[in-house]
Amino acid sequence: MRWAVVTFPGSNDDAQTAYVLEHLLGETVVRAWHKDASVDAVDCIVLPGGFAYGDYLRCGAVARFAPIMRAVERFAAGGGVVLGICNGFQILCEAGLLPGALIRNRELDFLCRRVHVRVEDADTLFTNRCRRGDVLDLPVKHGEGCYVADEATLQALEAGRQIVLRYSDAGGRVTPEANPNGSLGAIAGVRNARGNVFGLMPHPEHACEWLVGGEDGRKIFLSIIAAAGGALDPASAPTSSKVLSGP
Amino acid sequence: MGWLARVYVTPKTGVLDPQGKAVQHSLHALGYPEVEDVRIGKYLELRLVDVSRESAEVRLQKMCEQLLANRVIEDYRFEIDAIGTS
Repeated sequence: MRWAVVTFPGSNDDAQTAYVLEHLLGETVVRAWHKDASVDAVDCIVLPGGFAYGDYLRCGAVARFAPIMRAVERFAAGGGVVLGICNGFQILCEAGLLPGALIRNRELDFLCRRVHVRVEDADTLFTNRCRRGDVLDLPVKHGEGCYVADEATLQALEAGRQIVLRYSDAGGRVTPEANPNGSLGAIAGVRNARGNVFGLMPHPEHACEWLVGGEDGRKIFLSIIAAAGGALDPASAPTSSKVLSGP
Repeated sequence: MGWLARVYVTPKTGVLDPQGKAVQHSLHALGYPEVEDVRIGKYLELRLVDVSRESAEVRLQKMCEQLLANRVIEDYRFEIDAIGTS
């Protein structure tokens, strides 16, 4: 499948995301620039981690008005699959493509460590290669990762099964101690009501090979690939260029 | 002739403000136990020209809704004063 990875001024996980998709998963990646008014025909757009536009004013507040975001909004409105990782999640919230907002971590510290997240729903485009209750070991690196939403929004998220990942301990127990940033409901990742837009604070792209300590992140990307493969007309599905082993 | 707009963006009631809490604790430690709550927001100054007061108010509200504040987590208010432009 074809992926677009967007680069804003200040993005810093764009190259890593493209590396994982191209070199570890054998996917086709086009790079998109924040000033682009459109995106090539792709199956998924990734808004990567970083500090787009310096995170000035609020994380994602300026980036959401970048020209590329009009294209992302159109793509999402047409049912296109959008993945926002960390800063990308913040941008999607600012853009209103995902509910809620991400504010300063409860303890005010910048977190850079591994966390565990529990898969709350495996029946999504982004987690279908997991089972409900699976615990993923993924890194986080953020200062503003505390997810907040008003009570009505939270209830709608719960009722609509839009909470995809929650911070937990290694055994899958959601406890206050396992919540690294004070996120409401220990929410680490949410999808929109339609199910085609997903944002998460942990970094799956930094957990795709044992060289960096784990491969749990692959499950997120492989889920998206599996979902796209299922949706494609087999006659038009690409048959070449799949490289399943790394370089 | 123009306008100086002072925009105050504050965390909504009920939204966690860890910075405010940290400052409150610090003030308590410094001997100010009367500080019951601290909320930290943002203060912005905008100079506006070639716009009527009425239009400035309408447009400022749009600016706040669109960009300056995130209404999921923040409230805002502003004041407008006449200034001479240089």
